[in-house]
Amino acid sequence: MQIYRADLHMHTLLSPCGSLEMSPRTIVDTAAARGLDIIGITDHNSTRHCKVIHKLAATRNIAVLCGAEVTSSEEVHCLAFLPDFERLDLFENYLQAHMQDFPNDPEYFGDQVQVDENEEIIYQEERLLIMAIDQDIDEIERQVHALGGIFIPAHINRPAFGLISQLGFVPPDLNYDALELSRHITTKDFKKAYPELADKTFIRSSDAHYVEDIGCCYTNFYLEQPTFDEIKLALHNAGGRYVAEEK
Amino acid sequence: MTVKDLIQALELKVFSGEQGLENEIQGGYTSDLLSDVMGHCNQNDVWVTLQTHRNIMAIASLRDLAAIVIVKDLEPEPEAINKSNQENIPILGTALGAFEISGKIYEFLKKKV
Repeated sequence: MQIYRADLHMHTLLSPCGSLEMSPRTIVDTAAARGLDIIGITDHNSTRHCKVIHKLAATRNIAVLCGAEVTSSEEVHCLAFLPDFERLDLFENYLQAHMQDFPNDPEYFGDQVQVDENEEIIYQEERLLIMAIDQDIDEIERQVHALGGIFIPAHINRPAFGLISQLGFVPPDLNYDALELSRHITTKDFKKAYPELADKTFIRSSDAHYVEDIGCCYTNFYLEQPTFDEIKLALHNAGGRYVAEEK
Repeated sequence: MTVKDLIQALELKVFSGEQGLENEIQGGYTSDLLSDVMGHCNQNDVWVTLQTHRNIMAIASLRDLAAIVIVKDLEPEPEAINKSNQENIPILGTALGAFEISGKIYEFLKKKV
């Protein structure tokens, strides 16, 4: 077993807030240059770029967790990762079925484009992806776990769109696999501020919307191999796999 | 009823968007969830919220709102102020909480109609 460096939260140019430079190819090249072993692809409410990135990343020996950053009806952001393409597709259907039909205005929010590996535009998402879906966090959690997935409330320390900002607290009976902190706080400092959460598993990620931020914040996983199943074990401190808290 | 009438009646502070003081108010909406406001407010509503970031202006502009009232003496961020001046949609302020100010705006609207 060894340490694998993972940045599990980043946006492609599909997210309206994602820079147009965040193409699949650029993300993979940058991740490779920055020594990332694992990346998570988490566009708002959409998984469209996962497969092409997974394919490109494989040629650079980088593992990809495929998923999305889902906005719940409470406007809490949650990371959802699915174990294989089949279940990823089912989750994509679920997202599309629950999205509000609000049209994007690229001038205000940014473009929502899907590209292929050659950076040719193949689709433009019409519905605004940053809007809440009509499912609350418990419903999303149940759906993700029903598909064998990983469910991680995102950047819970952030003053907006996090569990704590939206609900005022981390619900004790919410069935998450881990909690994510943003780059703005260390796990140590967060635990000091929230001692009741000291025994939970935390990951940290970049939430990169721009190329320069890819891998600026990452999590070290101690695993047998850089796979979905191994990561799930590590999040639960099982079988000798674990998340190594940053120094 | 114009935004100006409301400001005078309820002694609201004006942060920005002075060019829009003649905007007609036809109703109101009180919510802090952006997705909720996007999906359910009406054109020419006055929107009561505690949110202060620039996305409140994206919503106000897209939904053609009359004005935004920020509660509890909170202040809009500079980006929101810029957009408010560009779009001529006033951002107003009150020391009151959302419950109280909504009640007062509601009563005032009712009387005027």
